[in-house]
Amino acid sequence: MSTIEERVKKIVAEQLGVKLEEVTNSASFIEDLGADSLDTVELVMALEEEFETEIPDEKAEKITTVQEAIDYVNAHAQ
Amino acid sequence: MSRRRVVVTGLGMLTPLGLDVASSWAGVLAGRSGIASIEHMDVEAFTTRFGGSIKGFDVEQYMPAKEARKFDLFIQYGLAACYQAMQDSGLEVTDDNRARIGVVMGSGIGGLTNIEETCKTLFDKGPRRISPFFVPGSIINMVSGALSMQLGLQGPNYAITTACTTGTHCIGSAARTIMYGDADVMVAGGSEMATCGLGLGGFAASRALSTRNDDPQAASRPWDAGRDGFVLSDGAGAVILEELEHARARGATIYAEVAGFGMSSDAYHITLPPEDGNGAARCMANAVGDAGVALGTIDYVNAHGTSTPAGDVAEVKALKSVFGEHAYQLSVSSTKSMTGHLLGAAGAVEAIFSVLAIRDQVAPPTINLDEPGEGCDLDFVPHQAKEREINAVLSNSFGFGGTNGSLVFTRFKG
Repeated sequence: MSTIEERVKKIVAEQLGVKLEEVTNSASFIEDLGADSLDTVELVMALEEEFETEIPDEKAEKITTVQEAIDYVNAHAQ
Repeated sequence: MSRRRVVVTGLGMLTPLGLDVASSWAGVLAGRSGIASIEHMDVEAFTTRFGGSIKGFDVEQYMPAKEARKFDLFIQYGLAACYQAMQDSGLEVTDDNRARIGVVMGSGIGGLTNIEETCKTLFDKGPRRISPFFVPGSIINMVSGALSMQLGLQGPNYAITTACTTGTHCIGSAARTIMYGDADVMVAGGSEMATCGLGLGGFAASRALSTRNDDPQAASRPWDAGRDGFVLSDGAGAVILEELEHARARGATIYAEVAGFGMSSDAYHITLPPEDGNGAARCMANAVGDAGVALGTIDYVNAHGTSTPAGDVAEVKALKSVFGEHAYQLSVSSTKSMTGHLLGAAGAVEAIFSVLAIRDQVAPPTINLDEPGEGCDLDFVPHQAKEREINAVLSNSFGFGGTNGSLVFTRFKG
């Protein structure tokens, strides 16, 4: 069973079309991984799907790095 | 003031016969059918279970998979055809010319597969699961939009959608955009990917499709007595149109001149042509008139010829009413007998075949024409391509909604 961190990184790599090793904890989706605003919307949807959770828009806007995504999932995933 | 002359300097296509112009044209000249059983979806419940699919397409030849993933296949096909045409033209986009280069790529329907799949998401999972790329990845003008961004083209960027006349209208309108002076170069054509459940089921429901499931390669048989509807196909075609002096200045290869463009409306019925083909006739006469050439100079007609019982015979009547006795001197063929009907891409693909007929001095064949139907008595170039002198070509497209378009291409003589 993969850890939450591994699962988040795998989704980020798939959604943004980048290599897994580029997905470091401190990486920013837009500044480091080449995402645009629509990519980040789709990324949040993929995280919701994977972790069977709902991320409200005001919370989603604050998830801008890999670590912030991991933290959110750790705090809210079922 | 004489109008600016427009020539064709680049060609690109994906058809059921091949993934580029050379392989598709070779298939046409060999009289090969690109039609087969549909394998990319479960078709068991459909009354028509075959079509003309694009096989072996690798989008990463043209753009990164990450970029392509956002776009419905019709956009990917359209962009691929545009890239081929640009490469063929040898035109380099620079800071000096980019504002004078535009694009008009249309589609008959647009991202139907994406719409179908997203509907399922909406109903199964709710509105929060709709992708942010659903709208930009489905809309008809996104081939033009994406190409303009990827190549930095800053001239006119639009799309025309007129069902099966789309490709022809886009090329004709692009030529006029150049003639009027709004651009020096235009990428123009159409793309389509409608063999999804909604497309195949929808056209079948309107009783437009052949149901010859036991022999798909014989299903598209324009003017044949046994014809029973068209064959739904996917693909794209794009041409580079260029103002003559612009093309000359850079030493471009000139395939042919866009001599004339005509349009008309049937004002008759949503899917059927009037029996006498009067709308088609007005359209052809307008195109030949616009070209300023005598009717008797037209050598070859790439017909709309979809293999429907009503449409094929109406087009023959229209040809006779426009050309009179000269109709019997024309070579008239339907390359849809081999490619099937690419809907919004058809006019573009067929414009390219028309241009190549001029280049190679050969009229493509109409395959499967074993026994001409009643009233179908022109030289339809049955079965085998025919070498002959070709100086001027008429390419026809007629679409649902009673919308017609015709282009005249002439051999470039300087």
